[in-house]
Order: sequence, then C-alpha cells, then structure tokens
Amino acid sequence: MLKRLRENKSAQGTLLALPTTLWLFVLLIIPLILTLVISFGKRSPDGDVIYTFTLDNYLRLAGYSTNCDNGQAACFDPLYLQILGRSLLLAFNTTAIVIAMAYPLAYFIARADPKRRNTFLFMVLIPLWTNFVIRVYAWMMLLRKEGAINIIIGTVAHWLGINFAPLELLYTPGAVLVGMVYEFLPFMILPIFTSLEKIENPLYEAAADLGASPFKTFLRVTLPLSMPGVVAGTILVFIPVMGTFIVSDILGGRQYILVGNLIQRQFLDARDPAFGSAASLILMVLTLIVTYFYTRKFGFGEEIIAA
Amino acid sequence: MNPHRRSPLILTATVLVYIFLYAPILGLMLYSFNASRINVTFEGFIPAFSENVVMDGSLVKSSPCGPFHWYCDLSKNDDVLEAAGNTLTIAFTATVIATIIGTMAAIALQRYDFKIKPFSQLSLYIPIVIPEIVMGIGILTLFSQFFGWFNGLLGLTGDARLSMGIVTVTVSHIAFMVPFVTLVVQARLQGFDKAYEEAAMDLGANEWTTFRRVTFPMILPGVLSGALLAFTLSLDDFVITFFTNGPGSTTLPIYVYGLLRRIITPQVNALSTVWILIVLLAVLLLQWLQSRDAKPQADLS
Amino acid sequence: MSEFAVELRDVVKTFKTPEGTHLNAVDHVDMQIQNGEFFSMLGSSGCGKTTSLRMIAGFEWPTEGEVFIEGKPMGHTPPFQRKVNTVFQNYALFQHMSVFQNLAFGLEMEGAKKDEIQKRVRRSLEMVQLLGMENRRPKQLSGGQQQRVALARALVKTPEVLLLDEPLGALDLKLRKEMQLELKALQQQLGITFIYVTHDQEEALTMSDRIAVMSKGRVMQMGSPVEIYERPRNRFVAEFIGESNFLEGQIKSLSGSEASVFVPALNAEVVGTPTSEGLVNGEQVFISIRPEKIHLTEHPLRQNTFSGQVVSTVYIGSNTHVVVQVGELRLKVWEQNRISRLEPSSFYTVGQKVDLMLMPENALVLKKD
Repeated sequence: MLKRLRENKSAQGTLLALPTTLWLFVLLIIPLILTLVISFGKRSPDGDVIYTFTLDNYLRLAGYSTNCDNGQAACFDPLYLQILGRSLLLAFNTTAIVIAMAYPLAYFIARADPKRRNTFLFMVLIPLWTNFVIRVYAWMMLLRKEGAINIIIGTVAHWLGINFAPLELLYTPGAVLVGMVYEFLPFMILPIFTSLEKIENPLYEAAADLGASPFKTFLRVTLPLSMPGVVAGTILVFIPVMGTFIVSDILGGRQYILVGNLIQRQFLDARDPAFGSAASLILMVLTLIVTYFYTRKFGFGEEIIAA
Repeated sequence: MNPHRRSPLILTATVLVYIFLYAPILGLMLYSFNASRINVTFEGFIPAFSENVVMDGSLVKSSPCGPFHWYCDLSKNDDVLEAAGNTLTIAFTATVIATIIGTMAAIALQRYDFKIKPFSQLSLYIPIVIPEIVMGIGILTLFSQFFGWFNGLLGLTGDARLSMGIVTVTVSHIAFMVPFVTLVVQARLQGFDKAYEEAAMDLGANEWTTFRRVTFPMILPGVLSGALLAFTLSLDDFVITFFTNGPGSTTLPIYVYGLLRRIITPQVNALSTVWILIVLLAVLLLQWLQSRDAKPQADLS
Repeated sequence: MSEFAVELRDVVKTFKTPEGTHLNAVDHVDMQIQNGEFFSMLGSSGCGKTTSLRMIAGFEWPTEGEVFIEGKPMGHTPPFQRKVNTVFQNYALFQHMSVFQNLAFGLEMEGAKKDEIQKRVRRSLEMVQLLGMENRRPKQLSGGQQQRVALARALVKTPEVLLLDEPLGALDLKLRKEMQLELKALQQQLGITFIYVTHDQEEALTMSDRIAVMSKGRVMQMGSPVEIYERPRNRFVAEFIGESNFLEGQIKSLSGSEASVFVPALNAEVVGTPTSEGLVNGEQVFISIRPEKIHLTEHPLRQNTFSGQVVSTVYIGSNTHVVVQVGELRLKVWEQNRISRLEPSSFYTVGQKVDLMLMPENALVLKKD
C-alpha cells in the first residue's frame, strides 16, 4: 500500500491538495451555486426562499417596478441601477486616488536605503493591522462636526480672522470616499512597491546613459515595469471597494446606499434573500467583467500575493 | 545613480501619505484618554485621585486609574473580554488549520501533476476576485439551508439544533484564508531547488524525514509569512464573520461595529489602542524571531 | 561482491517534453563500472550523462532496462535505500544546518550513536581538511570549502560507490585543477568506485580510469583516456575530445591494420589505421588526424607526404599553430616549440612552402555516419 502510494505521484498530489480543494469547493463554490439557484427564487411571506424559476429579481434590479405612483401596472424605477452606478463610480474613484497616493510612497520606499526599506514598509503595514472597523471609526471621529479636521480648519480660519462654521463632513459621499481610500491604500502600496523593487539600478543608469531625462526615464522605464504592481493593486482595491458596506454604513449614513448595503439589507432587514442573491450575483459578475478586461489588457501579476 | 532619489516632490508626497495613514490612528489613541464620556470633543486627560471614579455629568473628574480610566473600565467589560477571546480562538484555530492544509496544497500544486490540479489552482483565486460580501451571503445561505434541512431531518429542537456560532465562523475563515497561505507558500516553493531533497534522500532519509528535516525548515519562512497573513486576515475580518456568526460568537470587530451604531465611549478607543499595540507587538516579535533565524545566512550573501 | 559496482543494462529513460512529444534522454545505454574504478561520463549538456547518474542514485527510474548496484537489480528502490551517495552539482548543502549537522545528517539516518557520529564526522572533515569549520553555516564558506563539505557529507556514509555530478563546475580554473588531483588521490586512497559526470574533457582525461563519451542519450565510446584520445571510434568522439583534422574519402584497399583511402581534396591516397568497426572496401569514410600528429618535415617519406603552403601561424608559447593549405584542404598543424623561435628564420612565414607527413598509425579511418 505504502509502496504503491510512493510510486503513484498523481495520487500523492491529489491527496495533498484534497483538503484545501474540498474546503474551497464546499465553502466557496457550492455557496455560489446556491446563490445562483436562489436568485431565481421568490421571497416567502416569512422572509424565506421559495424555490422556483423567475427572473423577477433580475428585472427588479434592471428597473422594472410594479410599485408605481400613477396607478400603472409597471414602470421604470432606476433606484437599483443608480446604486450599481454609484458603487462602480466610487470604486473607480477610490482606485484612481489610491494609485495616485500609493505610487509616490511605493517609489520612495523602493528607492530608499535597503536598510531602512523594511522599516518604511512596516510603517505601511501597521495601519493595516488595526481592525477594518476600527479604521472606519477613527475617521468617524475625525470627520465629525466637533472632530479634528473641523478644529484645525477652524483654528486656521480664526488666525486669519475668517468666520468659520464647522462643516458637515460626516455622512457625506466625500466621507465614504475618504474612508475607502484609507481602508485600501496599503493594498496598493505593497504590490507597486514589489514591482518597483525589482527594477535594478543599472536600468536607471542605462536610461540615463542613453540620454533619457529623469521624467522620460520614469515614463519609459519605471512606469511600464511597475504596471504589474499597479494591476495587482487595482484588483486588490477595486473588488473589495465594490463589496464593502461598513464604510458607507458608518461614514455615509443610512441614505447613502451602495451595492454592499443593498445586499446586506436584503439578508438582515428586508429578509428577501432571493433578491439579495440576485444583487450579489450581479455584483460578482460586474467585478469579474472589470477584472477580466483589466487583467486581459495588463496581465495578472504575481505581485498580487506579495501583499 | 538614480535620477529621482532626492526629488523633493516624492519626499513631500511620501510624508503626506504617511501623515494620512497615521493621523486617524493617533487621534483614536489620544481620545482613549478623554475625560468626556460622550467622546465627541477632547476634554483633557483624567487626573488620578481618590479611590472612586468621580463623575460630573458626562465628564470624568478623577479616577483611580488616572488617564487610563477607560482601560480599567475595559478590563471589567465582560462582553469585550469574551469577544476578544472569540476573536483569538477563531483566528488561532483557523490559522493552524489553514496553514497546514494550505501548505499541503501548495506542495501538491508546485510539485505534482494530478487530475484536479487545474481546478485546485483556479479555486484559489476565488477569494481574490470575488467580493467578500458575495462569499459571505453565499456561506450564510449554505449554512442556513443546510442547518434547516439537517435539523428538520433529525427533528432537532431547542439547543440541540445546529446553528451559527464559533464553528461556522472558523470554518468560513479557513475558506478565505487557505488560498492566501497556499499562494504565499507556492511562491516560496518556486525558488526551491529539488536537489536539497534529493540530497537528503541520497543520505538515507525517507520521504517523511526529508520533509521534516529539510523541506519544511527551508520553506518555514514562507509558511510563517503565509500563517501571519492568514492570522491578520482573520483578525481583520468583518464581513465573513458578520454573516456567519451566531449567539456567543461575537468577535471584536462585530462588537465594535455594534457599538458604533449606538453610544461610543472612549472605551472603544481604549479597546482599539490595546488592539493595535498587541498586534504590533506580536508582529514585531515574529519579525525579530525571523530575522534572528535568518542572520547567520545573511552574513555573507 | 559482484563483479561490477554498477551496471546499466539496456537502460532507456523517456521524458515528456513541454510540447507533448517524448524524448529519450537516455537511449539504450549499457555500462559496466568496475569496483574501485574512477569512471567518467563525458558529454555536453543534454547528452544523458546526468540522467544516467540520477538513475543510479535513484532520483529517476528507468523507463526500460535495469540498473544494478553490486549485482542487485534496483527496480524502483528509493534513493534512501541505495548504497550510493551523491555529490551534487551545486552541492545542495542544507543551508539551515551547520557543517557538522550537514555531515551528521546521513549518519543519523543510519541510526548511528552520538559519539560514533562525532568520530566519523571528525574523520571525514579531516580528510577534506576542514577541521575547525564544524559550526559554520554553508553560506559562510568559500566555494571550494562548500565543495569539500559536500564531498565529506557523501563520504562520511562510507558508500561503495560515490556519484559526482559536475562537482567542480562552480569553481574557478585554478581551484578546479587542484581539486581534480585531490579527488583522484582521494579515490585511490579510499579505493571506492567514483562515477563522475562532467562536460569538461580535460577533467575527464586527467582523472578517469575509464570514460564513457555520451551524445544524445547514447554511449559513443567507452574506454581508457588513452584509447578515447588515440583511437576514437567515430567522428563524434574524435571531434569532442581534443581537436582533429577530417579528410573525406573512399576506401580503396583494406589490409589487416591498414587502409588506403583516396581523398579527392588532395587528389591522393592516404594510408591510415581503421578504428571504426566493420569498415568495407569502397566505403565512404573520414580520416581523422590530430594537429599535433602532423609533421612539418624537410625529409619527406614516400608515403603520406603532401606539399602545401602556410596560410597562417599563431605562436602560443609551448606550440605554434600553423594552418597549411594542401590541395583544397586547410589542415591545422601544431608544432611543438622545441627550438627557440626568437630568430625570424626559425619561424614559419605565410606563403612558405612546406611538406606535411602523416604517420599511418595516427591517420584514423572512421566510419561516416
């Protein structure tokens, strides 16, 4: 028995990979299939699922409504499309801002003295080790009317002799954007750093030797070579932003709804798992499409695991 | 020579981003010493007098713990202690299991050819390319449907029923942690020269001894960083836990989230501060252990 | 004890290429390696020498055929149950263990006692002159020292057969030369069988009792260094070991140990010694002659002497390399500088007429395949 296993490399491999593969199959793939099945179901009066086949949930997401003002049987209600659009826009904006902020920092760390590089990198990771929820809470405190940001602006205004009424910063779309950027910034810094670190000094020297100005060197050498990092970072940022509901929940207030909030409420408040499942699948398909086109264009860098 | 090294623009941007990263956390820590119970504005540090806590409205006038009043308060909060216990239990158990099976899978994927290999490899990318909430509600649906069916089948009632709890949270955490462990260890194995294993076997070690004495020690740094990553992910996780927890399995993030929607006293800040410091200490310790381990080899390389 | 330390009997090893085709890395190889022999497998990369060695060690199993160690068929015996030990190409020293731990590893696997391990490790380290390095990590040693640790780690197990896979490849030339002599001395002192894989012909010639020259998975010739160099059996071996001039022609007559070959490029017959087996009259063949075995002479013999003109000369210290145009051929001739070449008159000049003489025993007649 042992001898036969020793010679059967394929069986060895299967056995070694089996626990993980099974675990992922039962807890990731089966749930996805279940979600798909339920998304074609209906809500029962007690908030459960009636298994059937209807496209109602998807139609509702697309704007088909039977709950009309003027007594019509059906009308167009853009509510859910707006939520989807808002989530996409937020994810794009967050990613763009995060790239703009992460790149110089990653560049700085990658070019820093190797002895200090780890320390700088470590300083990026520390905020990540505080909890996600705690990080949102920290911003809640900063953005409040009585919070530090208003205090600082107020103090500056006072010096300049300008009248200043504290701003309503919390519970605005801006607050959600700042919160998202803060939450996911480190996930962009790490992969960009990893790809920048791989660029060796002689390459810069060669570019300079061939007559490229620092700016040209950056455009023609540094940037293209660091693209895998940017791609990996984008995947690590864009996807979670699309699905997060705590940031908008706490910093955006109850009326600022993203797809994440919509899904969460279907499961916990509205008790309509079928509709929630449909929304969840649409979210997944959206992120997969964006990821697919993005990675097809730029490739799927190994930097993704460096984070 | 590197043309950008001393660019003031980069330096300024770097400093600003670091400020952005740290200002909220430092603010949070400062407010953990706040004399105001409402914790909206900072009302100064709490002086240390008297045996008892002296309150004036929502202001703490003095406390035996002084500025650390809220930390003392925290240590008496059973809910927090329970949540902390749950968080660590879940993170620890899930990390151990995820690291073991994830490392096994990494070895299989890197070293062997087998039928389900493409499927195994592909399934690792699910948690990376699919938003957490999609996984969360999927797992929630799975458990609730399965438990409903199972309880009905065996006619279980009351406490005997299967329900969400610490086990479902742990099992779900493992599911999203394993791929990260596997991918990290796999990356380590890619640079691993098989000759080391052949040398061990050549010297008389069988497969298991070879793994124990040679392969494992050599990939240990990779396994450790995989485990550390998994542990961090588990501690940090909110979404999956949110959908899979049940009575008695509240974790710290869930607990804090609950508080944020009600009244927030500086206790939350104290909790956050303690949290940050503990995690920081743990990571520093691990780094120190790793660097101490790597030292003798770093000398000449 | 069996007659042979190691024997490969009609061994084939097939690998699947990334394109999905099958490739015989080792193609029907027969080898008998005697006890106490220093045996080398020589060839360029991809010739199957390392794969053959790995099959002896047990890291690979033959697709067909059988490997025997001490007369016993190995079948699918794993490496840890074989009485051979290997010195790896890049040493494969365990980086997480000290020198002592590296050496002790193999003994621990045998279940040796602590004090015995101590004693044997010491003796081994002494043998490779590394006493006092016990507590160093491999990374803290020089390349040469690492090489010695790898050697000691394998030898401490007192194997009957030691396999060495290009063990000196990573060392610089001077150190490599030193180690070659040391290895040879060590092998003679220990009296065990060494099977040595190398792509360096000089190394193989220096150390080996016998050499197997390999190409494309096959053994092209097996024999002592002298045989291999002086009597190559085919053009591949003649070309791979040392340098040679090749003259194309057709056998006109065969008589015992001599063959007369008509070489159209010289428009003349050359008398040579057949070294390939099974040559027949009228066959198209090559004559191979080493550059140092062509004489530039003022006293031509009747046989095998041709007139030519010097095309170029290069002075390289011990020798002068002269290229001579003979008929349509350019032949390389190495003249030993037995006399001083300081005087210009003692030197060959371009355009000078010379006579070349080939000794029939040095003009080897080889099959054209």
